Amino acid sequence: MNSDQIIGSKKNLLSRDRLVVLPFLKSIEIALKSIKVRFFRSLITTMSLVLAVSFLGFISVSNEVANGLLATQNPELRQAVVRSGYDLGAEDTRVDSSPKQRWIVILSLLVCVVGIVNAQLMAVTERFREIGTMKCLGALDRFILRLFILEAGMQGLAGAGAGALAGGLFSLLNAVLRFGTVALIEVSWTGVFFSVGIATGVGCLLSLLGVLYPALVAARMQPVEAMRVEQ
Amino acid sequence: MAESSNIVRVTGVTKSFRLGKVEVQALKGIDLEIAKGHYISIMGPSGSGKSTLFNMIGGLDKPTSGKVFIDEVDIAQLDAYELAWLRCRKIGYIFQTFNIIQVMTALENVTLPMIFAGMNNDAAVEKGLQLLELVGLADRFNHKPFELSGGQQQRVAIARALANDPAIILADEPTGNLDLNTGEDVIALLKRLSQERNVTVISATHDFKMLNVSDQVVWIRDGRVDKIEDREELSISIGQIGTRE
Repeated sequence: MNSDQIIGSKKNLLSRDRLVVLPFLKSIEIALKSIKVRFFRSLITTMSLVLAVSFLGFISVSNEVANGLLATQNPELRQAVVRSGYDLGAEDTRVDSSPKQRWIVILSLLVCVVGIVNAQLMAVTERFREIGTMKCLGALDRFILRLFILEAGMQGLAGAGAGALAGGLFSLLNAVLRFGTVALIEVSWTGVFFSVGIATGVGCLLSLLGVLYPALVAARMQPVEAMRVEQ
Repeated sequence: MAESSNIVRVTGVTKSFRLGKVEVQALKGIDLEIAKGHYISIMGPSGSGKSTLFNMIGGLDKPTSGKVFIDEVDIAQLDAYELAWLRCRKIGYIFQTFNIIQVMTALENVTLPMIFAGMNNDAAVEKGLQLLELVGLADRFNHKPFELSGGQQQRVAIARALANDPAIILADEPTGNLDLNTGEDVIALLKRLSQERNVTVISATHDFKMLNVSDQVVWIRDGRVDKIEDREELSISIGQIGTRE
């Protein structure tokens, strides 16, 4: 085999072009595999995100529906909107998310981030040995970081996507039950898609934010420490 | 490569840890030269600094003072990238607890170091299969670690250690978690590979089965090299080994 490479001289060893690599596609493959193998665990990590994002999606799609109904300038529908719990001034032609609503949403998202950090820190501890082994095989800090961030990104995309869709659908269902099909006719669909998209984006961002610290902990770990952990 | 060249050279290495408020000196000045292609056993009771020395040689830990040269390169001078490259290409690690990556199949475990080394996927898979065949696990390449016995897992680890044709294989108590027969198989496999491929095998162990195949035994006691015995001397004194500990 390539025995020339075994007997690398000092120069070879020190030269810069001899870097360890991890192709991006391969990292995606590994990340996907890790999620698949720990599917139940990933599901639980993602669950808080799903819930928080679906709440966000529900609130913003509900607002869209209310705005759609108000835009008809039909007094009956306006009454229905007021009765459903929106505080409207006599002159208001739109509902905007009230400060109270905003605070509740932000709070739920914060709780969700804390939940993700907690779950990911646990995951890192569980995988100490795996990370250490990879480092012994030549993985750089940034490979580990990348793997964790990719995993979180995928979990985030799936979780936030599912959450935003669920929240949006639930909100529309709620609107139909409350106002009748007129809600679906009058609502601005671009607005709804926009809301769902924003909720998904926010969810992804939160997932990445939550994994940042745990991933750094994992990446900075020395292989010796990892090997010392009894299992 | 000449037999006389040293693949590992350790000069005046000391290592201290802080255990709470107490400063513990695990290594108190070790000098050691290991020739290329030899099969070395580092022997010593637990707490003797054996594992610490072992980690130094593997570039997993840096000495408090003194120098460790691998292939005449001072590992203290290497940055993170070069150290990673060294671990990837020059050294193959085998652990007491196998440390097969649980989420990957046997083949994927073996190919991972080759991927890190920049080999393309097809070539890595082909070589991975060859290596698994070499350790006698050709038909189990697609098994996950939990579907393999301890001995089989250790064989996967050996195949993985050989992935990038390293100059050194570091085996930390490779038979520690294996039963007698499996342990003997693993030792025989290591010995055979060491001879066939001219790989230096360095194993930290207190398994006396290792002594029979070792070219050299380094006894560590209390953070110092107690004595270094060659194969020939060893067979004479083997009767006393049992009574040493």
